[in-house]
Amino acid sequence: MGDPILRVENIRKSFNGEVILKGVDLSLGKGEIKILIGPSGGGKSTLLQCMNCLITPDSGKFWLEEKPVDITHKKELYAFRQQVGMIFQDFNLFDHLTALDNLTIALCKVKKMGKKAATVRAMAELSQVGLADKTHLYPAELSGGQKQRVAIARALAMDPKVLLLDEPTSALDPEVMGEVIDVIRNLAEKGMTMIMATHQVSLIRTLADEILFMEAGAVVEQGQPKELLVSGARSQDFCDKLNRITGERR
Amino acid sequence: MIESFNAIKESLPYLLQGGVITLVIVVGAMSLGLVLGLCMAVGQVYGHPFLKRVIGVYIWFFQGVPILVLLFLFYFGLFNYIGLNLSAVAAVMVVLGMATAAYQANIFRGAILLLPQGQFKAASAIGMSDLTAITSIILPQVLRLSIPAWSNEFSIVLKDSALAFVLGAPEIMARAKFIASRTYEHLPLYIMAGLIYFVLTWAGVMALSKLEKTVRIPGYSNKGM
Repeated sequence: MGDPILRVENIRKSFNGEVILKGVDLSLGKGEIKILIGPSGGGKSTLLQCMNCLITPDSGKFWLEEKPVDITHKKELYAFRQQVGMIFQDFNLFDHLTALDNLTIALCKVKKMGKKAATVRAMAELSQVGLADKTHLYPAELSGGQKQRVAIARALAMDPKVLLLDEPTSALDPEVMGEVIDVIRNLAEKGMTMIMATHQVSLIRTLADEILFMEAGAVVEQGQPKELLVSGARSQDFCDKLNRITGERR
Repeated sequence: MIESFNAIKESLPYLLQGGVITLVIVVGAMSLGLVLGLCMAVGQVYGHPFLKRVIGVYIWFFQGVPILVLLFLFYFGLFNYIGLNLSAVAAVMVVLGMATAAYQANIFRGAILLLPQGQFKAASAIGMSDLTAITSIILPQVLRLSIPAWSNEFSIVLKDSALAFVLGAPEIMARAKFIASRTYEHLPLYIMAGLIYFVLTWAGVMALSKLEKTVRIPGYSNKGM
């Protein structure tokens, strides 16, 4: 893998005395895809949200393309977040704006683009995720799968260097999960650097360059899928359980 | 009977001029309350703990003291003390504005807390500054959600503005009392005054309800949020 795009070191976080993250180190190479798995409450979501400081970690160091990021400096933090895209489980589209304006407001307010240029760019991104005909609809008028695709388009419009995906398909009905998975696969083919928490075994098997098994706030197992999903490791056991629930074939 | 009718006919233009002054007071007070109230609501949700404390004390004070006492306290007391020479109309506008700000702050704070937390998170995640997230993502939604409660507050302030007559501001109530005490036509004059308040309230509430429908977002509902 190429040079690290995003590197974090010793991320620690406690809430009300309960330790959620016990000093996690992580490095993402260019084009690399890492997948976080593990039981709920293991710290996956907290780790992802600490990686762009949506949750401020108690301690931790950040490097973007090997340049240290001072997260206590507001301007630097905003610029950092712009380059680290985030996809949420429950989409979090701006409810008062149409699909198109969800993208243009980001381009106008953050990238300071003109309204016209922003619209052109937003249309292009929405076409990419197959929503060119839904641009004028409000979030409440879109299906879950469409909402998530708008959210992905919105993140991509900011030209992120890396995407953090926090269970992007978990809130979706099975019949629309496929359309979001297709978009994610498409991104992977184009070489987008990603780290994703998911319970989708097909994604874990086929997309991951590396699997990180998280439990009780620490990465307890780490390796390529072909190592971790055959050898009687925790990861394999976990994926087998998921398979049994979802009925996916190995 | 005919005398009463004449009294109404002659005093109506005079009372309606008072209606204009009432409107000036209410529009001024509600606007001041809107700006102050929004700032305080944002401060209470996103601000430094010390700021939250200060705003809490402000709201507690203005909610705890009757409007009439506030009017006397500020007009005859504080404004005089600091050498601020306001007209009665301006003074009523400022005092009512500061009082309604406390109530409006609670309306807006409630609406902010009603929004899913993900709205602010998503704005932050694309690199928006906190201020931009609040002004372009949070407040447009908060203002829409607040219209029904704000409309309530408008109708309360409109009627509270009748208290302005004690400071001698020439609004509806002051004018009605003035003519009534000269002509002894108390009943028809106070009925007229009441009717003017009623019509103003009704028109304002209707206008706000129209606004609520105009800015409504398709499919959006805060039920079950």
